[in-house]
Amino acid sequence: MSEQSVLVSILAAAVTAGTPILYAALGELITERAGIINLGMEGIMLVGAVSGFIAAVNTSSPWCGLLLAMLAGGLMALVHAFLTITLRANQVVSGLALTIFGTGLSGYLGKAYIGMPVPRPFQILSLEPLARIPLLGPVFFQHDILVYLSYLLVPALWVFLYRTRAGLNLRSLGENPAAADALGVNVFGLKYLYVVIGGMLAGTGGAYLSLAYAPSWLENMTAGRGWIAVALVIFALWNPLRALAGSYFFGGIDALGFRLQALGVMIPSFFLKMLPYLFTVLVLTAVLARHKNSLGAPGALGLAYDREER
Amino acid sequence: MSFLPVRLEKRLHPSPLTALLVPVLAVFLALALGAVFLSLTGQDPLTVYGVMFGGALGSVYGLSETLVKAIPVMLCALGISLAFKMQLWNIGAEGQLYMGAFAASWLPLFHPELPVWLMLPGMFVLGMLAGGLWALLAALPRALWNVNEIITTLMLNYVAILWVDYLVYGPWKDPQGMNFPLTARFPAAAMLPSWGNSRIHAGIFFALLLALLLVFIFKYSRWGYEIKVMGSSVRAARYAGMDIKRNIYLVMFLSGAICGLAGMTEVSGITGRLQHALSPGYGYTAIIVAWLSRLHPLAIVLVSILFGVLQVGGYLVQTKGVPAAVAAMLQGAILFFVLGGEILTNYQLKWGRPDAGRQVMGKQQIGQ
Repeated sequence: MSEQSVLVSILAAAVTAGTPILYAALGELITERAGIINLGMEGIMLVGAVSGFIAAVNTSSPWCGLLLAMLAGGLMALVHAFLTITLRANQVVSGLALTIFGTGLSGYLGKAYIGMPVPRPFQILSLEPLARIPLLGPVFFQHDILVYLSYLLVPALWVFLYRTRAGLNLRSLGENPAAADALGVNVFGLKYLYVVIGGMLAGTGGAYLSLAYAPSWLENMTAGRGWIAVALVIFALWNPLRALAGSYFFGGIDALGFRLQALGVMIPSFFLKMLPYLFTVLVLTAVLARHKNSLGAPGALGLAYDREER
Repeated sequence: MSFLPVRLEKRLHPSPLTALLVPVLAVFLALALGAVFLSLTGQDPLTVYGVMFGGALGSVYGLSETLVKAIPVMLCALGISLAFKMQLWNIGAEGQLYMGAFAASWLPLFHPELPVWLMLPGMFVLGMLAGGLWALLAALPRALWNVNEIITTLMLNYVAILWVDYLVYGPWKDPQGMNFPLTARFPAAAMLPSWGNSRIHAGIFFALLLALLLVFIFKYSRWGYEIKVMGSSVRAARYAGMDIKRNIYLVMFLSGAICGLAGMTEVSGITGRLQHALSPGYGYTAIIVAWLSRLHPLAIVLVSILFGVLQVGGYLVQTKGVPAAVAAMLQGAILFFVLGGEILTNYQLKWGRPDAGRQVMGKQQIGQ
């Protein structure tokens, strides 16, 4: 392989490896913009991955799989919404419960499906003529449809957040729910809506893993990607464009570890597998050390909103 | 929530009766939900639960195995409860356990000639030191730049597990181990004494002593009081002149050290060697146990044993073709119901509209 083709293949792999993280990160971003921290993304992704896989195997349609994964992700997030919004439960512990429950549930449901192939995974779909642009073409436009959908989702979310009335309302939920309430925004209803949408996106990220990235089901196949997504939102300063860049960065590290091994670099694979986790810690620390306390986190993030305490 | 003539009013003093009833009720509700789920997936819940609880509680062997599984959970839960008291979310017990096991294993593997009176204390110190230092890796950025310790401790779990995997698949692999990912067996001097013919080892005494020590610290010591104050209000702690940063380091280090001790007692009390998949997630179970126990050390001892039942039961149901993951599912569900039930502990239902002159309470903080 020429040097350029190695580079292209690493960059293209960064996009595919980054896509499941991107979906989950966008889900967490929307959730946190609504003022709720959801630490259950890892569990939601796992449930999304397994339910998507089961549906795709039984219906031979990846789209059915995706739909079920979104539904399952939304349902998991609904539990979090009920506990944290209505019952005002501790958001940290509720998210952890979601991850532990999701890990168990996915392991239970998926047991019979380990080692099974997906009859029809999401296929690569070259976007002609874009795919023929040198360098950019193979890196960005020779992927499956879910990657292209994520390209649309990122700018759409950016416009929604910063250029629409509804997006302003969403941001106000996380900044100052009491003020939003006073302006007639349906705080409780919208918080529910965005937490559930966030879960659906994380479910999509899970389905991407089991239906496109590595079309199969393995216990704990997310391998911490849900947590990396949570960390990424901080790195992204709650901005979808930065979330995209961050996801591909982590996808790149993931892909690089994989390629280095294929290229015969004599580093034990265990160390290469550590890279994304080590980088998460380092990047997070670097961002916070630089920005100190002016990160721009939603002001009321993590606080239960109680109308009577207004 | 205006469509019902009901509202929630914060209780000034949480009722102790509900604080006790909620966890008990949560366990039953989780089992009921699990039963519905099991029957939906074609299992007979009575048979499954029969195997789980009958097996774990119905024989001397089952009971002793329950205690064996409870020991590491107990230690880890005691360790993280110390951090949780200060609102430091140490989710890294699993990794700290692995690092403790790794460091403790170094001594018997490379200095097998040491006498027992040097070997065991040495492993004890090394295990705790490694677990503590691993936690400190997350405490440093937290204290200096407010880096979220949940994410860092969790990421470090993956790193620690991969590190142990590297050792047992690579340089530390037993040449006589038939290619299994494990180290050579420890010499007898490195093994904790166990009780009769069972696998219950001296780790249980460490856990019980530690639980008593923590009760004492939180009830009678000034430092325990400081931890509680820092946990409930950083601002109040600062006004009172408490050194918060130093306590973040100290509390996280001790928290990790106790989890590291859990790793040391696993290798020296149970496996007798370092091996792949040393813990089936004790560190994560410990989070639920700590929360369910409301961070009370003695409650942690009891709840760990209950979760030991779930763990042993999870192994046993596999013989009936039911995935062991059912145990993790039940654990997660128990936590859901505890969380949901907490509203009854912290709030009371009041009928009718709010009084005009009601008191305004502080807003709920993240970690309350």
